[in-house]
Amino acid sequence: MSEQTVDPAADPQAVLTSSQQDDEPPRGFWARYARANSLVVTLLAFVTAMILGGLLIAVADPRTQDASHYFFQYPWDTFRYGFAAIGHGYVALFQGAVFNPHTAAKGTWAGYVGPISETLTNATPLILGGLSVGLAFRAGLFNIGGQGQVIAGAICAGFVGFHWQLPPGLHLLLGIIAGALGGAAWGGLAGLLKAKTGAHEVITTIMLNYIAVSLLAYLLSVKGFQAPPYGQAISNTVHKSAQLPPLLGSSVRVHGGLILALLAAWFVHWLLTKSTLGFRLRAVGANQFASRTAGMSVERSYITVMLIAGALCGLAGVSQILGTNSQLTGDIDAGIGFDAITVALLGRANARGIVAAGLLFGALHAGGTQMQSATGTPIDLVQVIQSLIVLFIAAPMLVRAIYRLKGSTSGVAGELAKGWNG
Amino acid sequence: MTTEVATAPEDLVVEHRVAQVPVSRAQRFGACGALVVIGLVTLWRFGIDGHHHQDASIRLGSNFAKHVPHFTVPAVPVAWVAGGLTILLGLLWLVVPRRRWFGPVMGVGITLFVVALICWLASASSFAYVDVVGLLTSGIALSVPLILGALAGVMCERSAVINVAIEGQMLAGAWAAALFGSVIGAAAGLLSAAVAGALMGWLLAVFAIRYLVNQVVLGVVLNVFAAGLTGFFYDAFMQPHSQSLNEVAVLENHKVPLLGDIPVVGPLLFDTGYIVYLTYVLIVLVDVWLFRTRWGLRTRAVGEHPKAADTVGIRVLAMRYRNVILGGAIAGIGGSYFVFAVGSFSKNITSGQGFIALAALIFGRWSPRGAVGAALLFGFASAMQTTLSINAPSIPSNFVAMVPYLATILAVAGLVGKVRAPAADGEPYVKG
Repeated sequence: MSEQTVDPAADPQAVLTSSQQDDEPPRGFWARYARANSLVVTLLAFVTAMILGGLLIAVADPRTQDASHYFFQYPWDTFRYGFAAIGHGYVALFQGAVFNPHTAAKGTWAGYVGPISETLTNATPLILGGLSVGLAFRAGLFNIGGQGQVIAGAICAGFVGFHWQLPPGLHLLLGIIAGALGGAAWGGLAGLLKAKTGAHEVITTIMLNYIAVSLLAYLLSVKGFQAPPYGQAISNTVHKSAQLPPLLGSSVRVHGGLILALLAAWFVHWLLTKSTLGFRLRAVGANQFASRTAGMSVERSYITVMLIAGALCGLAGVSQILGTNSQLTGDIDAGIGFDAITVALLGRANARGIVAAGLLFGALHAGGTQMQSATGTPIDLVQVIQSLIVLFIAAPMLVRAIYRLKGSTSGVAGELAKGWNG
Repeated sequence: MTTEVATAPEDLVVEHRVAQVPVSRAQRFGACGALVVIGLVTLWRFGIDGHHHQDASIRLGSNFAKHVPHFTVPAVPVAWVAGGLTILLGLLWLVVPRRRWFGPVMGVGITLFVVALICWLASASSFAYVDVVGLLTSGIALSVPLILGALAGVMCERSAVINVAIEGQMLAGAWAAALFGSVIGAAAGLLSAAVAGALMGWLLAVFAIRYLVNQVVLGVVLNVFAAGLTGFFYDAFMQPHSQSLNEVAVLENHKVPLLGDIPVVGPLLFDTGYIVYLTYVLIVLVDVWLFRTRWGLRTRAVGEHPKAADTVGIRVLAMRYRNVILGGAIAGIGGSYFVFAVGSFSKNITSGQGFIALAALIFGRWSPRGAVGAALLFGFASAMQTTLSINAPSIPSNFVAMVPYLATILAVAGLVGKVRAPAADGEPYVKG
């Protein structure tokens, strides 16, 4: 294992451009396969995670369990039922995420586009959150504070949404801006602490997450915020004028937040590849000392990137409160903050990759719900698959070892191999 | 200071001076401001706005126990005195700040505030009395998993592997404790919790040390993995057969013969469940381990300067593997406490306590004693929050819940002196 000695920190640029890194593409499928660029590793990581997930489905299947009791008398039954369970599970996953012939047979619009709508609805905040984490990655920061920023954004957008009375278009616009500002404030705080005191952003963002959770819990017990009759921890309902419009008709859930997410992806792509600011951020991320020597303000970059990252997560909060839901609850963030980290890693911290990764994980979430109701396989399987994919992608050497591949690209995570003090 | 000695070698006179480390402006004014604000809040909320003409009845033990010391104090005067003293302390700090006094000064200020708060609570008309020992007991109960989680973090991070996955290790431990605890027995549950935590620790170690994955990323992903896997198995097996697979004996209290009879300390510390006693042992063990044994010296060397450690023949990676796996085992035991406290596992039973343990580790400056102290502080804050949310709805208890996190942010922001992680913490070591 000679590639183990490659120091990931020594060659950060290789990580950023790892997908186009191969100098001379070898000919023939197998030669290319064996060279294993990051796309192949990504696919193999996905396949491996799905195989392991399949094993879990089989283990959890009651019929397979029963058959395993007489495994040594008649092993075929165990395999037959096991594979049947895996097949049914993954078919249900696909039906929940892309197209379901059973609901389509009813002939209604919702029956046809329902699964896709669910996928897109789930993907919207994941894309926004993933962009936030990915952007911070590129500037060398690790934004674990998605949860807090989503909550802060949702609180602000929600407040504007249910407390103010404004004409339709303006109300929505102000709600979106308020959400972005709320998230930006929450993220910017971590950036400010990092720039002014050197406090590690991982620690401060984790702490800010819990502060946001407590703040939300407090607000949900305050009159004017809490919905009457003040029995439940749930906020007032956002006015119709501030809600994101449905995209595919009102019978399915997908809403204008998706447009917001795609615009944000375009913006992040432009920011990173075309703008001076993006160049500065990437330079600081690649080598803060060289950037400082070149006259860039590392501190200002940290604050700026955390402001933008926070705003992106705030928009994810907007999508949650003005789109998917219309009332604030204690779990308005729905785990987006942490899922976003996996999205950003799978998307290799670039805008296109993040959109694709967000769609994939959105599909997994949507399909997981269908899988649970159709076959009884717990939806937590999706979390397992998701974490396995990211684990394999973060450790490409492991994937190469499993599939006997050669190659030298390091993982996206290796780029940030630095400690609390760095 | 070292430069002075180095630049004057020909004098051959070594001047010994006790370096007076100056207090930073932020710390000087920040601490003063904090103390004055706390004092003013005390004066206003518990003094001016307090329950006049009512005395606070305080008991050191529950109502059911016999011969419990109890006394009554006038709540409002106590608040005036406590508030005044806190403000005085803040002003005193502003005039003569000394770095060494920072901890004690803040400690006294916070204690005065808590005393006034408890007196105020006890003087409320809805209240017969406040049982201080009961409050402390529930504080310790809430601290135990935090202490174990923080100790796990100390083990890992002293050997330079960042452990954000404490939450996942605790969750795995809790799950295993519930499953094997109900199938085989409580002792097996505890053991399997340690094993499950160790397995999660092993995963962390393999991916961090062998595959050089960024350790914070890894920790986050492992937390998701543990939450997903335990949730999956809970739904698939444990919930349908909860009678046989998810029912453990709730932790019983065992009184230590002599120590348990000491008036206040006895019921507080020596009349609890065996996991708590195990925690005492582990606290001492980890502290001795790290600072009094060869193993500990090597662990710390590996954490501060792996290259130097490697040069003198310490097997850097092996030390890291061992410490991370052992740390995982400790966190697993910490996780089992959640299960043994209520008698069953439920999804995400650790509910973010692993992250508070991480906060305690950082707040305690990566030392076992500091981490334990911070964990106790956070545990008591949590107990106080519960008491307040039930008994004094007029005080927003959610703000009390923020205290650990705010304290940690202030700590890493340098307001509580310099917080420094082990020098090599989080950096993979590659030989060559």
